Amino acid sequence: MMAKLLAPEVFMIVKVVAVFIIVLTMVAVGTWVERRGAAFIQDRVGPNRVALFGKFRIMGLAQPVADGIKFFFKEDVIPANADKILFVLAPLIAFIPATMTFAAIPFGRSFDINGVHYFLSILPPATNIGVLYVFAIGSMGVYGIIVGAWASNNKWSILGGMRASAQIISYELAMTMAVVGVVLSTGSLRLDRVISAQTGLWNVVPQFLGALVFFVSMFAETNRLPFDFAEGESEIIGYHVEYGSMKFSMFALAEYANMITAAALFVTLYLGGWHFPWLDQWIWGSILAFLLKLVSILWIFVWVRWTLPRFRYDQLMRLGWKVMIPLSLVNMIVVALFLAYRG
Amino acid sequence: MKKEVKLSFWDRLYLPAILVGMGITIKHFFKNLFTPPSKRYTVEFPERKKDVPEWYRGLHRLNTRDDGSVKCVACYCCATACPADAIFIEAEDIDDLDESYPREKRPKQFIIDLHRCIFCGFCQEACPEDAIVLTNEYEITQLSRDEGLITMEELIKTPKKKMD
Repeated sequence: MMAKLLAPEVFMIVKVVAVFIIVLTMVAVGTWVERRGAAFIQDRVGPNRVALFGKFRIMGLAQPVADGIKFFFKEDVIPANADKILFVLAPLIAFIPATMTFAAIPFGRSFDINGVHYFLSILPPATNIGVLYVFAIGSMGVYGIIVGAWASNNKWSILGGMRASAQIISYELAMTMAVVGVVLSTGSLRLDRVISAQTGLWNVVPQFLGALVFFVSMFAETNRLPFDFAEGESEIIGYHVEYGSMKFSMFALAEYANMITAAALFVTLYLGGWHFPWLDQWIWGSILAFLLKLVSILWIFVWVRWTLPRFRYDQLMRLGWKVMIPLSLVNMIVVALFLAYRG
Repeated sequence: MKKEVKLSFWDRLYLPAILVGMGITIKHFFKNLFTPPSKRYTVEFPERKKDVPEWYRGLHRLNTRDDGSVKCVACYCCATACPADAIFIEAEDIDDLDESYPREKRPKQFIIDLHRCIFCGFCQEACPEDAIVLTNEYEITQLSRDEGLITMEELIKTPKKKMD
């Protein structure tokens, strides 16, 4: 059984399916955690009514299922003046890159059995483009937003889309330059090298500034509060006003999938990936360590969302261009100087 | 008005303030996480019911005498006092007049339109016989408009006010 499972092709398929299922499950559970977490933070109870088969309440964990069923059976409205092809395509453009980016991330230590090398990431690490791949695909996400906003043919959605794309593009600069520090200190774009370079000392400690910039930019990149100008659900109108039913749900799923990928990337780049004292001596332990870190970062997303109010747009731009980019430059230069003088 | 607020360097860093704020929210989170549902602020309705105060004005009740007949004498005081015109009474004569306790009328029909009623309690105030009272019953829902017209038979069955 185990030997069959370990045939390279089968192992690959098992990995893809497992990752896809786990990411999508985390998306679903994430919506539940967000709503119940928000409720508890605000002294409320949150969704706890939905019961499996009308009997098992399990703290409302069936809520995402109910939401999914609701979204599937809702009427699917396409506005009369919308660009129909783009309107249908936009949620897919948002969703696919969000799930694709996870492919490059190593979620456990690689191992050798019978002289065959097995790695725990979907893309082989030897492709040498790990960091680049993630950023290249990750920045495709903005197309989903801008195409969706444009295709809706609605002035509020196009304004929301413009805000969101300006924000994402500005913070991408800071984010990428913060990552340059990691790439410099590792000397490779391969994410498995990035992780193995962090054995003993995680990158957060020597590159605290870079980690901070990356962490803040992550919120802006994934359109999460305090930077949720794309959606602005509480008062300003966002890019998906015209969307309903499953198409709207796709945008929401894309946001959560983006969150998971961004958190996974932060864990990989700054928190030592699957490294964890004592735990990472086993393969399962390393996967568990990675998941633990991932879940904690995801919780911070929720936690921050219900703590901070939204920035004003000019404050957002000032923070992006006048604080985050200089800070990431400082981080890059410090790392570069340190590497140059250490020899 | 322009408010000049001088922020110190520490304030301008934002991060310490953010950390303090996150401390506050997580305190609330854990407080609610470890509070049993019965002690939370939210009263989860169908399972737990909120105790209403004694003066609460809920569903109407027609009181009865010891022999089971309605106390109402069909004087129309409540119907006259009703600002929402929610009470409809049809009186009828009592043939066998009891000399010891003379009464001439009793309601043949006593209908309250719950969709019109504003639960002001004027009927209760106007009633000379203490026949109509408003109870603590607040679960008053109907599936149709007709069910909202409650008759004398139903009004007698309304549970009495709980006096603690």
